[in-house]
Amino acid sequence: MSSATEGATEARRRTPAPARRSPNAPPASFLWTRRILLTFLAVFSAVPIYVMISSSLKPLQDVTGKFRWIPSGLTIRPYIDIWQTVPLAKYFMNSLIVSLAATACSVVVAVFAAYAVSRYRFRGKRLFTVTVLSTQMFPGILFLLPLFVLFVNIGNATGIALYGSRGGLILTYMTFTLPFSIWMLVGYLDSIPRDLDEAALVDGCGAVGALFRVVVPAAVPGIVAVAVYSFMTAWGEVLFASMMTNDVTRTLSIGLQGYATQTQVYWNQVMAASLVVSVPVVAGFLLLQRYLVAGLTAGAVK
Amino acid sequence: MTATETPSSAAPSAPGGGERGGPPARRGLRRFLSARIRRGGLPYLLLLPALVLELLIHLVPIAVGVVMSFRELTNEYLRHWGDAPWRGLDNFRVAVDFDGSVGAALLKSFGVTCAFTILAVGLAWVLGAGASILMQDAFRGRGVLRALFLTPYALPVYAAVITWSFMLQRDNGLVNHVFHEQLGLTDEPSFWLIGGNSFLSLVVVSVWRTWPFAFLIITAALQNIPRDLYEAAAIDGAGIWQQIRKITLPSLRPVNQVLLLVLFLWTFNDFNVPFMLFGKAAPEAANLISLYIYKSSFLTWDFGTGAAMSVLLVLFLLLVTAGYLLATSRKKRGADV
Amino acid sequence: MSRSSRSRGRLAAAAALTTALTATACGGGTTTDGSSNDDPKTLTYWASNQGPSVEADKKILTPELKKFEKKTGIKVKLEVIPWDSLLDRILAATSSGQGPDVLNIGNTWSSSLQSSGGLLPWNKENFEKIGGRDRFEPSAVAAAGAKGEPPSAVPLYSLSYALYYNKEMFEKAGIDGPPKTWKEFDATAKKLTSDGRYGVAVEGGNPVENAHHAFIFAKQHGADFFDAEGNPTFDKPGNVKGVKQYIDLLANDKVAAPGNAEYAQNQTIKDVATGKAAMMLWQAAGSTLKPLGMKEDEYGVAPIPVQEGQQDAVNSMVAGINIAVFENTDNHDGAMEFVKFMTSDAEQKILNETYGSIPPVKPAQQDAAFGKHEQKVLREVLSNSSAPLPQVPNESQFETLVGTAMKELFADAAAGRTVTEGAVKQRLTKAQQQMQK
Repeated sequence: MSSATEGATEARRRTPAPARRSPNAPPASFLWTRRILLTFLAVFSAVPIYVMISSSLKPLQDVTGKFRWIPSGLTIRPYIDIWQTVPLAKYFMNSLIVSLAATACSVVVAVFAAYAVSRYRFRGKRLFTVTVLSTQMFPGILFLLPLFVLFVNIGNATGIALYGSRGGLILTYMTFTLPFSIWMLVGYLDSIPRDLDEAALVDGCGAVGALFRVVVPAAVPGIVAVAVYSFMTAWGEVLFASMMTNDVTRTLSIGLQGYATQTQVYWNQVMAASLVVSVPVVAGFLLLQRYLVAGLTAGAVK
Repeated sequence: MTATETPSSAAPSAPGGGERGGPPARRGLRRFLSARIRRGGLPYLLLLPALVLELLIHLVPIAVGVVMSFRELTNEYLRHWGDAPWRGLDNFRVAVDFDGSVGAALLKSFGVTCAFTILAVGLAWVLGAGASILMQDAFRGRGVLRALFLTPYALPVYAAVITWSFMLQRDNGLVNHVFHEQLGLTDEPSFWLIGGNSFLSLVVVSVWRTWPFAFLIITAALQNIPRDLYEAAAIDGAGIWQQIRKITLPSLRPVNQVLLLVLFLWTFNDFNVPFMLFGKAAPEAANLISLYIYKSSFLTWDFGTGAAMSVLLVLFLLLVTAGYLLATSRKKRGADV
Repeated sequence: MSRSSRSRGRLAAAAALTTALTATACGGGTTTDGSSNDDPKTLTYWASNQGPSVEADKKILTPELKKFEKKTGIKVKLEVIPWDSLLDRILAATSSGQGPDVLNIGNTWSSSLQSSGGLLPWNKENFEKIGGRDRFEPSAVAAAGAKGEPPSAVPLYSLSYALYYNKEMFEKAGIDGPPKTWKEFDATAKKLTSDGRYGVAVEGGNPVENAHHAFIFAKQHGADFFDAEGNPTFDKPGNVKGVKQYIDLLANDKVAAPGNAEYAQNQTIKDVATGKAAMMLWQAAGSTLKPLGMKEDEYGVAPIPVQEGQQDAVNSMVAGINIAVFENTDNHDGAMEFVKFMTSDAEQKILNETYGSIPPVKPAQQDAAFGKHEQKVLREVLSNSSAPLPQVPNESQFETLVGTAMKELFADAAAGRTVTEGAVKQRLTKAQQQMQK
């Protein structure tokens, strides 16, 4: 990373005022509004999370009968059982592979596209952006079946199995996240001074060289933001996963339904499994939150 | 908008690059074949992967879906779509015949969806904007609170919705435990997953999941407001409420324009939350249009009518979006100048 | 950008799109048509979820598939698909031509799937390959497709509805035996309803269960949901009466708990096992009651009651799971071989015993395993007083629409609104109007 870009990133991070500075202490009305609203929101956010955590540590009779705030006893049994009740580890790996691959590919493709849109004028640019963004309006249900049939036909014509494979799901998810990713990255790239890549061009880098040596390093927060968004989308998708996976490639979103059996729903295991599958995304999201804010600040939100 | 290219290429005869238009006749072929061809082609080359993917996974299937909407695609023709008879606009007619049962149900579902979207987006925005503005100043515990607020958004949708459906059960759920047993607000335990209340449940779950997104975006936007604006206002004697009204809210306008649109589109088309909350047979009060289309397509095996409904839905969304953008950006442009 | 160049760009894009379109739009499953034997060494089998869970089914079926592999050298790739998504998966498979080689279907879908042409028809010649049509119970075969056409599938597990009751609760309330008519049923149920315990539990939030009961109750009122031409007749008086009688268990008679209106995860069985409810109308519940801790001698099984004064009225549907061969299979011979294996006497005995169902294969029925009380009742009901659900192409729509309408009615009733005959009729009329053609 050149020192110039580092400086630019740093500068951008520092300029926004992190807090309002007001010479007088805020009035009581403000403080009370704040206390009340934030308390309400904290309870609203926390209760389901508390239910998830506490129920995952309850014995089965606690979650099949009347709800109770305080567990009658704590047990980690659900956390052991979840791996046997359904092949959670397999689903977990599938989700991980699919989400990581979709994220990586989506980010690369989005960076290329966003660079083109941000830095060049070319014919069809408007058409491209408008078309890509308007795909966001189509309900998935409209093209679920056509996409399925298309995958099968591609498979029959080329021998590349897309239906039922992780590859098909990866392709689907990366495409789903592309429009928003491109749009967000264009905003971010627009905020990076053009002098930077022009300087690199003068230094003898090609346009692609300038992209990789100068623009990408300067755009890290934006790229991370896009990656987080892509990963979350892929990790949580339900509809297409239900149709396009099979026993071998099933992902978590579908696999989790396995805790509801003919006899009963193992709610404590459902909650334990939900927590286990949530931890990677939530942890990643909260850790990268700073980047996300930075990425959004400079990019999409301008 | 500026570009790193030479002025000549900005003329009407921009280099053709990857498109089929062919070389422009007015300029000399020699000049056209110069090194610039590579530069002219470069943006297309960069776009190519995105373009191919969008075409393959989004646009072509969507186009097939649109073609489906003109055909009678019932179970008899499922195996051979090509043989499905054309129905012209019949599928659309069925969908918008509001005297007929299908059309009436569609209209009702559309109304439910509109009400749901307005409520859910409105609440998500109010909560997000409120919380982010109130948390603009640093205070003890702000970091923890922010992490807590963002967690619902980060949770995978199925994990979140399963938890809510657990809480919303009538007999053993938390909600009735609190409202009925602990607070005694209701004489009888209420139903939250069937009947009229299911609409409320849907709104609450949706807001719970989406308001953190509004919170995140607005928090980010607030950091872009220059500090000197506040300082100047404070010197002028403006109190904190006035600062919020005069500086913060107007500065958020461009963000809100995009944020509200994105929230609107996502919420209107939401399938995952109602599907996971209510299953295939959603109660009428919470029968969102995406679910209704799913039902029309997959449960009554009429993919043609289902597709026609999707197309109508998209037309509506396009219209709203275009109108919204036109209205809001005109205002913005006026304000900018 | 000038107007002309923009429109030219659009034109090019449109052209590209059209080319892509013609390549795919008409290509629904046209590439591999009909069955072949391109892949004779493997089979893909979609099994429905019969046991307590998908994982349990895998454990039950895998050893059997191993036996088949040992015998024929054909490896069977098993996927157990939850009921919730089975039909969607079959639809997608049908429309694309890419699916399993062999699959289970609910026998009520037989006609619907038959008309889609996605399943291999079981004509005489095909039946010969698995030992002939005569081996199977005729009522089960009759429920495997429209009349006069070769069935779309072969019966695999047969089931019927019966009345299951908690013996201990009956004894405590001083009730001698299971009710035989609905009048007796009501009296019995009222006696059993007190102190938070209820006479009966119903799965009100599950459209499929609702539709099955609608069929049974309507039959007892002499009505059908389709006429002879296959046109829907949902709101005929007998159907309205039948549906209302079922809803009234919760609405008018209040012998079912209001919470039942949202039951959709088999809470009914749990309520009976735990003594929260005394009775339920269910198919082959024994294998599910056992893991819930209810021993065989703790519950009784009897035929579902009939209306006052009725003799030999229908009191169950011919329920069951059929096994079908996917028309586009690339291992036709192997698939036939596999169906033959699954319907062989030995496998029929093992599988039906495990699942608590009745073998539709006559020789297997003779086994002692099916001489137990529960199985005997189910078998008698099946052969004496069951009728198949309407064998019409849009039967699955009937289940969805009527079942959902009843779910709404239960919700109304549970919320304390009175459910009148008019309200029932209105819902059924609306459901009928949503039927396509």
